[in-house]
Amino acid sequence: MSETLLFRGAQVEATTLADVIVADGVIAEIGPGLSRAGATVIDVDGLVLLPGLVDLHTHLREPGYEASETILTGSRAAAAGGYTAVFAMPNTSPVADTAGVVEQELALGEAAGFVTVQPIGAVTVGQKGERLAELGAMADSRARVRVFSDDGFCVWDPLIMRRALEYVKAFDGVIAQHAQDPRLTEGAQMNEGAVSAELGLAGWPAVAEESIIARDVLLAEHVGSRLHVCHLSTAGSVDIIRWAKRRGVDVTAEVTPHHLLLTDELVRDYDARFKVNPPLRREEDVLAVREGLADGTIDIVATDHAPHPAEAKACEWHAAANGMVGLESALRVVQQSMVDTGLLTWGDVARVMSREPARIGRLAGHGTPLTEGQPASLAFYDPAPRRTFTTDDLRGRSLNSPYLGRELPGEVRWTLHQGTVTVADGALLDTPGVRA
Amino acid sequence: MSTRTVLHEADIARALTRISHEILESNKGPEGLVLLGIPTRGVTLAHRIGALVEQFGGVTVPIGALDVTMYRDDLHRNPTRAPQRTQIPPGGIDGKVVVLVDDVLFSGRSIRAALDALQDIGRPAAVRLATLVDRGHRELPIRPDFVGKNLPSSREERVNVRLRETDGAESVTIEGR
Amino acid sequence: MRHLLDTRTLARQDALRILDVAEDMADTQRREVKKLPTLRGKTVVNLFFEDSTRTRISFEAAAKRLSADVINFSAKGSSVSKGESLQDTAQTLQAMGADAVVIRHGASGAPRTLATSGWISAGVVNAGDGTHEHPTQALLDAFTIRKRRFGDDSRGRDLAGMKVAIVGDILHSRVARSNVWLLHTLGAQVTLVAPPTLVPQDMSRWPVRTLYDLDEAISSAPDALMMLRIQLERMNAAYFPTEREYSRRWGLDARRLQALGADSIVMHPGPMNRGLEISAEAADSPRSTVLEQVANGVSVRMAALYLLLAGAEHDAADSTPAMNAPAPVGSEKENTP
Repeated sequence: MSETLLFRGAQVEATTLADVIVADGVIAEIGPGLSRAGATVIDVDGLVLLPGLVDLHTHLREPGYEASETILTGSRAAAAGGYTAVFAMPNTSPVADTAGVVEQELALGEAAGFVTVQPIGAVTVGQKGERLAELGAMADSRARVRVFSDDGFCVWDPLIMRRALEYVKAFDGVIAQHAQDPRLTEGAQMNEGAVSAELGLAGWPAVAEESIIARDVLLAEHVGSRLHVCHLSTAGSVDIIRWAKRRGVDVTAEVTPHHLLLTDELVRDYDARFKVNPPLRREEDVLAVREGLADGTIDIVATDHAPHPAEAKACEWHAAANGMVGLESALRVVQQSMVDTGLLTWGDVARVMSREPARIGRLAGHGTPLTEGQPASLAFYDPAPRRTFTTDDLRGRSLNSPYLGRELPGEVRWTLHQGTVTVADGALLDTPGVRA
Repeated sequence: MSTRTVLHEADIARALTRISHEILESNKGPEGLVLLGIPTRGVTLAHRIGALVEQFGGVTVPIGALDVTMYRDDLHRNPTRAPQRTQIPPGGIDGKVVVLVDDVLFSGRSIRAALDALQDIGRPAAVRLATLVDRGHRELPIRPDFVGKNLPSSREERVNVRLRETDGAESVTIEGR
Repeated sequence: MRHLLDTRTLARQDALRILDVAEDMADTQRREVKKLPTLRGKTVVNLFFEDSTRTRISFEAAAKRLSADVINFSAKGSSVSKGESLQDTAQTLQAMGADAVVIRHGASGAPRTLATSGWISAGVVNAGDGTHEHPTQALLDAFTIRKRRFGDDSRGRDLAGMKVAIVGDILHSRVARSNVWLLHTLGAQVTLVAPPTLVPQDMSRWPVRTLYDLDEAISSAPDALMMLRIQLERMNAAYFPTEREYSRRWGLDARRLQALGADSIVMHPGPMNRGLEISAEAADSPRSTVLEQVANGVSVRMAALYLLLAGAEHDAADSTPAMNAPAPVGSEKENTP
C-alpha cells in the first residue's frame, strides 16, 4: 500500500495522453513521459482515465437486509464498476434516521475499505412521512450527513416537505426527493401507457412523478433551498426541471442508467428483472432524459442499485420486488447510451458520474480534479471491448440485473480508492491494496 | 422409386359395383343398411356405393361419415391431428346393419377405433366392413367383409388411392423400391 | 400447440382450428355416451389461485369427457395461503405427473411466468390471469356468436363483417381484452362502451372504437352485445358514483333490449348482477346466449385440452402443424400401420 504506482499511457478523460504517478494516496505527478525510481509500472495504453465515480443513490441493504447485500459486498460491487464513493440510502432496518445508525454504516464502510460509504439520512422518522427525523444530529455526527431522503417513499405531505427544505439550510443539506404521488400510484406495477393497457398491469402514470417535482421546485424556490430529484424518468419531468432552472431554482436531478436505455416494452414477457420504481418508461421518455443529461438539465447519473434475493424476482410480476442492481454495469450502460451515441464526451462522463455527484452530496475528497496533490481516486476504463453481460460480471450478493444476456461495451480495468488499488487489471481484489 | 398402377378407373368402378351387389346379397336386400365412410376417401366411396346400392336395390340407403381420430391408440406418437366431421344419418345406428367403408385396410387399427366410436354412438345390429383395397399386414384380428382388391404389399411400400372427387384423378397405385 | 396463454398472440389459423375442433366436441355431447377416450392416461391439474367454481367445473368437465384424470388444486386453505411460492406449487404438481396445468391466478402474467420458467414441462392453459386475458372465454364467446349466426354450417368460418359491442369495466376486464384481440383476428369490428374512468388511459394500439354512450352503440346495430359484470368495489374507488347511476347509463334494461335489433344476441360471461348491468328481461330473453355460452365453454375447453395434449411430445417444439387441409395423396392414415 505504500507502493508507488506509475500508470503509463492513460487517456485523461479521453483527451490528453498522460502518465500518472500515485503515491501515498495522492496523485504525485501527472503528465506525459514520466518516470520514477522504485515505482511499479503499469501499462494502461488506450485506457480512459476518469476520476473515481461517485454514486449519489445506492441501496446497500445493511443493516437489516443482509441477505440481499451488505456494506462490504455492495462496496465491492461499486469498486468493480469504477466507483470510489457511494451514498447509501436509508431504507434499511432500522431506518437510518438517527446519528447512531449512520455512524454504524460509516464504520462498516471504512472497515470494508473498498469505497467511501457516505450515509444518507432519512427525512422523516422511519420514513413514515409524519415527523422530521433528527437531521441536525445526523449532520453533526461522524457520518457528516448532508443528503437526506425518504427514498422508496415520497415525502408527500407538502408541509413536511416545506419544513424539511427549510431546516436543512442550516447545515448546507439537501433533500433528495423520490417523486411519486402515492394516491395516483396505489397498486401500480408498471408505466401507465399503451403497454400497461394491453398487459393488464396497473399503471404508474408519469403525472404522479411530474406533479410532485413541479410542487417541490416551487417550494424550494419559495423557501430559498436546494432540492435534489432522484431517478427522474419522464419527458415531462425533464421539461419541469428545465423550466425551474431557467427560473433560478437551485434544483439538481439524477437519472439512472436503466432509464437511459430500457423501455416498458421489455415488460411484455412479465420478466420481473424489469420491474423497478420508477418504472421503465416509453421510448419518448428515454430520448428525453438522454437529451436532458446531455444539455445539463439532468445533472448526474446515479445507479439506484437495488439488490434483491432470487425469490423476490423469480415469481409472478405482481409479487416481485422493485429494483435492479446497477453498480457494475453503470459505466458500460452510460457508454452505450450516451457516449457511443455522441451525446456525451468522456469529460462529460467525469462530470456527471464523479464531480457533480460529489458536489451535490458535499463529499470532500471525491470528484476532485485529476491534478497533482489531489486524492488518487481513479478509474481506468477500456471502452473498446464488446461483451455479453452475465452473472460473472456481478460482484454483489444479488443477481437481479436487467442486462443479463445483453451485449454491452467497455470494461473497468483499474480502480483506485484514495491511492489503494481495489480493481487490478480487470479483477476485483479480495483485499483492497493487496495484489497477487 | 417405382410406381405401379394396380387399379385403373374402370377397375375401381367394377370393384365398387361388385361390392355393392355383395352388400345387397349378404344383407338380403337394402333394408336396415347404413353406410358410414371413414374420412376422407372412405366417405367418397361410401357415397358411391350408396348410389349404386340405391340403383340396384331400389331403396335409398342412409350414408354418413365416422371420424375415428379421437379413438386412435397412437395419438401421442404423431403430431396433433384435426378431427374430421362425424355425421350420423338422422335414423341413427341402433338396430341397423352398419357398413363401414374405407379405402385401404392395413393394420386394422383404424377399424378398431371405428368400432369403439360406434359403441359410444349406439348399438348396431351388426357391423360390416367394406374396403377398396386390402394390403395385408394386419396387427389386430380384423377382417373385411367386402373387398375391392386384395393387394399383397411389403410394409415399406406406399399404397396411394386417388379419387375423382378428392384428387381429380382415379387410380390405385403402389409405390416402392 | 404447447400452451394457450392469450388471444393476443393466437394466430387466425390456430383460433379457427380450436373453434372447429370444438364443433366436433359439441357434436359428441349430443350422443348417448358423451365421453371420448382420447386423453385417457393424461392428468390435467386445475391450479386455481382465485375462487371460481364455474370455470373450474367447466375445465373439469372438459377434461373428464376426454377421459383425462383431473386433480383440483385450490389455493385457499392450501400451502399457498401459508406463503408457498408459485414455483414451489408448480414443481410439486410436476412431481405428481401433471400433463397440463390449467391456471387461474390473480396476477397478470402468472401463466406466462409459469410457462416460461422451466419449473414444469406440462402445457399451460390460462384460465384467467389478473386483468390480462381469459382466452378460453373469448373462444367460447366467438364460438357462440358463430354458432348462432351459421348454425350447422359454422366449420371453417370466421366472423368477418360482424359487429360486436362490449360494455362494462374494460379497464379491469380480462374477458374484454381477450375478446378484443380474438374478435379482431376473426374479422369482427369491435366497439367498447364504458364510463371514461373504466377505460385504459392509452388505447391507441387497440383495434377498437370506444364510446361512452351505450345508446349510441346500440343504434349502430351490433350483431352481438356483450355485457360485462361490474364489481361494486369499483364504486368505492371512485370509478363511478352509485350503482343506480351506472345501471342507468350503462345497463342493458328493457328499453335498450327493445332498441337492439331482433337478430342481435345478448351475451354475458357470468356471473350476472341481475338488475345492475343486465336486466332480468335481457338475461332471460331468447336472444340471450348466457346458458349456451356455458355449454359451449365445455366444448371449447375440450378442444383446447385435446390440441394441447393429444399430439406427440415433439409437438412441443412445433408452432402450427398444418391442419384442416384435405388428406394428401397416399395419406399418413393409409400408410401408417
